[in-house]
Amino acid sequence: MSAETVPALQVRGVSKTFPTPEGGEVKALDDVSLDVADGSFMVLLGPSGCGKTTLLRCIAGLESPDAGEIDLRGERIDTVPVWKRRVNTVFQSYALFPHMTVAQNIAFGLQMDHLPKDEISRKVERSLELVRLTGLGGRRPQQLSGGQQQRVALARALAKEPEVLLLDEPLSALDLKLRRGMQLELKRLQQETHITFILVTHDQDEAMSMGDQVAVFNEGRIAQVGPPRDVYLRPQTRFVADFIGEANLLELDVDGAQAAVIGWGTIPGDAWAPDSPAATAAARTAAVRPEDVILTSGDGGRFPIIDATFIGGDLHAVVDVGGTTLSARQPAAHSAGLSTGGRCEVTFRPGSLRIVAD
Amino acid sequence: MAKATKARAGQGSWWAGAPGLIYLVALVLAPLIIILIYSFLSRAKFGVGVRWEFTAQPYIELFYSESLSGERSFDPTYLQIFFNSVLYSLATAIICLVLSIPIALWIATRPQKWRTLLVFLVTIPFWTSLLIRTYAFVIILNDNGPINGTLTGLGILSEPISMLYTPFATVVGLVYSFLPFMILPIYASAERFDFRLAEAAYDLGATKGRVLRRIVLPAVRPGVIAGLILVFIPALGSFLAPELLGGGKTLMIANVIAAQFGASRNWPFGAALSVMVLVLVMLALVIFAVVARRSSRRGGQQSLESLL
Repeated sequence: MSAETVPALQVRGVSKTFPTPEGGEVKALDDVSLDVADGSFMVLLGPSGCGKTTLLRCIAGLESPDAGEIDLRGERIDTVPVWKRRVNTVFQSYALFPHMTVAQNIAFGLQMDHLPKDEISRKVERSLELVRLTGLGGRRPQQLSGGQQQRVALARALAKEPEVLLLDEPLSALDLKLRRGMQLELKRLQQETHITFILVTHDQDEAMSMGDQVAVFNEGRIAQVGPPRDVYLRPQTRFVADFIGEANLLELDVDGAQAAVIGWGTIPGDAWAPDSPAATAAARTAAVRPEDVILTSGDGGRFPIIDATFIGGDLHAVVDVGGTTLSARQPAAHSAGLSTGGRCEVTFRPGSLRIVAD
Repeated sequence: MAKATKARAGQGSWWAGAPGLIYLVALVLAPLIIILIYSFLSRAKFGVGVRWEFTAQPYIELFYSESLSGERSFDPTYLQIFFNSVLYSLATAIICLVLSIPIALWIATRPQKWRTLLVFLVTIPFWTSLLIRTYAFVIILNDNGPINGTLTGLGILSEPISMLYTPFATVVGLVYSFLPFMILPIYASAERFDFRLAEAAYDLGATKGRVLRRIVLPAVRPGVIAGLILVFIPALGSFLAPELLGGGKTLMIANVIAAQFGASRNWPFGAALSVMVLVLVMLALVIFAVVARRSSRRGGQQSLESLL
């Protein structure tokens, strides 16, 4: 392996168990492996309690894994104490030191590295410039807005020029408008600094818009890793299909090579995505996005429309196909005659159905 | 940092403060004025009470002794006692501080249900009279007490060391009596401390010692300052520990004052000594306030200024 191809960070078989207050145990991480390419923006996505923050804390050194190994540029770090790791964290609560000014906060980490004074002040200035807070170095964190505090937390971590920057739900405390702005800002910072970013979030839109790679977590395991578009278009598990965007999950009736949606009928071959695994008796859950469910009105429609609502320019409809319901979404222009209480016919867009694992 | 605050509900009703004000005037201010006046009066004929004849004699007695022939010469006896009192009180405050920081931080990092219990345990000594607890130290520290017994029994000492009736015993007694007054305010500060800040400091490359010094200690500073005041000032006026454990050899001001109103029968001089204690306490508070203000300007966070 040449130096270029060594991932910035490698997580191999990491497990971590916490005791619960009731005396039981909860497996926060269960044999998790993940490669993070150098200079990439990796997003760890999952519902709360899925283990994504625990993994981040294991990488930072604030938790130690029960099993497995974490390598930073090919060197093992899970046995290295937290203060020696070339990894820095932006905390969800920002964790700015209230008794220090903004500049002192940023300088703190540099002082810990025993850098000369003039170099520290130069780096502090540069970091402030990087997060566009030039001139606010003398303020106290309490005198800043939430968005500004967020930037200070970023500047403080980036000033150390870490190999990997960890961001723990950094935008969750910001209001929606600010959050959108900061998403672009983070993306810009990552591209400008070429530092590898690992960001934890439970917000799928955030994950989709920011990540080069998204790792979807579920119950202490990684369900799927890939570029956002890939994860959206080619979900491999039921959880991923359901968690990322919206999906209809259909329990199929499988008979040999034939698969049928109960109440709807046999699925034509062209409805399947070409790279979908085959439906078998063991793997018989199909996922289809609402925008791939096409409703047509007509007198001979077999299926009752339970609900039809216009949201924005789209019709959102729920159709009873006998035994199961399907959500559909289509442009308002193509939905003449579709209304609550009416009947319709249902087809699937070619190449849209996909078998997902449980 | 008493900035102008907005009117709060009930702020207008001045009379709500009346009982407190009457209490303060009648039981704090009035006695202080009486003491101040007495300290400028003459000694009564048989020593009980005062003679209404104004004089600076009691204050002169503080610094000078008068020989039988009426010659005044400088006498540092009382200054020495003042100096010792300040020294023992400072030692007490500093020892309490050093002991309390780890205890308070340890309690503050326990789970919530344990914290309540531990704080409760810290206050248990208050259940018994200080007199009895100080007498207990007579038993603990004496030549045949458990400490000497253990040390000689183990062969560490060939013969018992005299601990009782020394300044050491006095300070031990003072530290014991005032330790909770240091632990509790520091704990109160430490409990509010956001330990995620310590994690952030570790993450930024700080070792344990630096996290403690740069992040934790500045955060508990208001508690430390409150604790220093709560220990130093009452220690300065303490009577029991020097009386019982110092054996009358290591006198502190309170013992001398008590003697003036008792055996020595010199009320004006006792009053003058009390005024001096008051001046010392106020001086100490001013010093604390200045130090607190300076360090809060450097380190942020409100502290003593709001207290004073």
